[in-house]
Amino acid sequence: MKGFRYLENVATLRFTSDRCTGCGRCVEVCPHQVFEPAGEIVAVVDRDACMECGACRMNCPHDAIQVDAGVGCASGLLHEWLRERNLSSSNRSCCS
Amino acid sequence: MNTDMSKTENKKNRNGETSPCCCAEAEPHVERPPCCGPPATVGGGEINEKVPGFIGWLSTMTGRVPRISSELTINDRFSAWKLRWGIGRMSAVLPPGLYVLGKPERQDPVVVTANYKMSYDLVRHALAGRNLWLLVLETFGVNVWCAAGKGAFGTEELVRRIEKTGLSQVVDHRLLLLPILGATGIEAHKVEARSGFRVRYATIRVDDLPEYFDNGMVTTTAMREMTFFMRERLALVPVELVMSLKKLAAVSLLLFLVPALMGDPGAGAGAVLAYLGAALGGIVVVPLLLPWLPGRAFSVKGAVLGLAMVAAWYLSGISRDVTVYAKVAAFVALPAVSAFHALNFTGCTPFTPRSGVKKEMRIALPVMGCAVLAGVVLLLIGLIPRQ
Ligand code: SF4
Ligand code: SF4
Repeated sequence: MKGFRYLENVATLRFTSDRCTGCGRCVEVCPHQVFEPAGEIVAVVDRDACMECGACRMNCPHDAIQVDAGVGCASGLLHEWLRERNLSSSNRSCCS
Repeated sequence: MNTDMSKTENKKNRNGETSPCCCAEAEPHVERPPCCGPPATVGGGEINEKVPGFIGWLSTMTGRVPRISSELTINDRFSAWKLRWGIGRMSAVLPPGLYVLGKPERQDPVVVTANYKMSYDLVRHALAGRNLWLLVLETFGVNVWCAAGKGAFGTEELVRRIEKTGLSQVVDHRLLLLPILGATGIEAHKVEARSGFRVRYATIRVDDLPEYFDNGMVTTTAMREMTFFMRERLALVPVELVMSLKKLAAVSLLLFLVPALMGDPGAGAGAVLAYLGAALGGIVVVPLLLPWLPGRAFSVKGAVLGLAMVAAWYLSGISRDVTVYAKVAAFVALPAVSAFHALNFTGCTPFTPRSGVKKEMRIALPVMGCAVLAGVVLLLIGLIPRQ
């Protein structure tokens, strides 16, 4: 995404090229242009741009992509941690 | 152990994914509203003459379908403005089902959207003057992105809505146009296998739809590229502000009362102003200046802004009558306050992955905690009367 970069080397995206048939779905759905066509198949060209939304994984018909998709939200994570440690019983999340 | 397991399960939706949007709690049941929406709302109900923009009925093979206008009324615009401030979310839901814009024929395109009033209004307004079918999914009044993360805007609901509306008898083709940000909830190959309809992801932004159609339904690179322009960031600020009001009020009260009870209400008022300034810096200024603030971590951006604000206050001379303790406290604690609120903004941005935010929090939270603690201790020392 032009003008915005977050931390490097954190994204959990894994691509298994043997399974890829080059259908191009991942290229179509990724809002951050992480994938690009490369010959018969695709390649991960910008892993650090991945926001772990999981769209590519969901739409890959051949299970060639794995990613721990989730909330990139500090307030949500904080509530989650507090609940896990039983410090908060609040069911509130940051977007309620 | 068991409870731990179930907790982890709770955070995942039925697709085994957690959400990309700002919601810690995923609802595993599609029939129930996802967490981003109004709490415990009901679905959109049945279509009737009261649906927004209703202008008449169109007869189809499977019954009548509401024709809707592309014109937004003053009321529509006002409700959109209120929604930006987090007001009226309970009524921001409309009946799911099939709608039409213009006078579509059997070969005209089908556009899919959510039953969140603002999404629906944006779509019908952008597509003025075109003939098409609008398939509105039941997302319980939640926008496409958040609902997709929860699976409400998902394969199940899409297939169910195709069946319920009898779409395959209404149109001749087998193609659905979906927003790209809805892809998080949809497995396109499964939709096709189950319903016969092919899914094509059209654009990220509704504004690009007219150009998409004029372009022969081809997505250009720009149409699939996420943006986060000033106006997009600005639109997120009001609801963030409203959501932090309670926290701001509680901390302010405490900051005022403690010094006041120790006999220095002036210091209390000063502390409240300083705190609010730092917090608003993180909530309002950081989002607006996001691309220009130094650092990649949001807490660093916030801390830099906070430090700059304290420095400006110090240099401006307003700080003349403040004790040395309070001055040092301001330099230590206020950047941490701005940093904390800046970090919170990660939930609103479309580019911070969960792993990254986790990493940042693990490092930044302890530092902020220590800084705030040190600031408070300094303030208290400064309040102790000297002989
Ligand atoms: S969606 Fe899967 S199979 Fe298709 S191109 Fe991408 S990785 Fe390859
Ligand atoms: S998880 Fe989302 S951002 Fe990351 S590569 Fe897949 S589609 Fe792109």
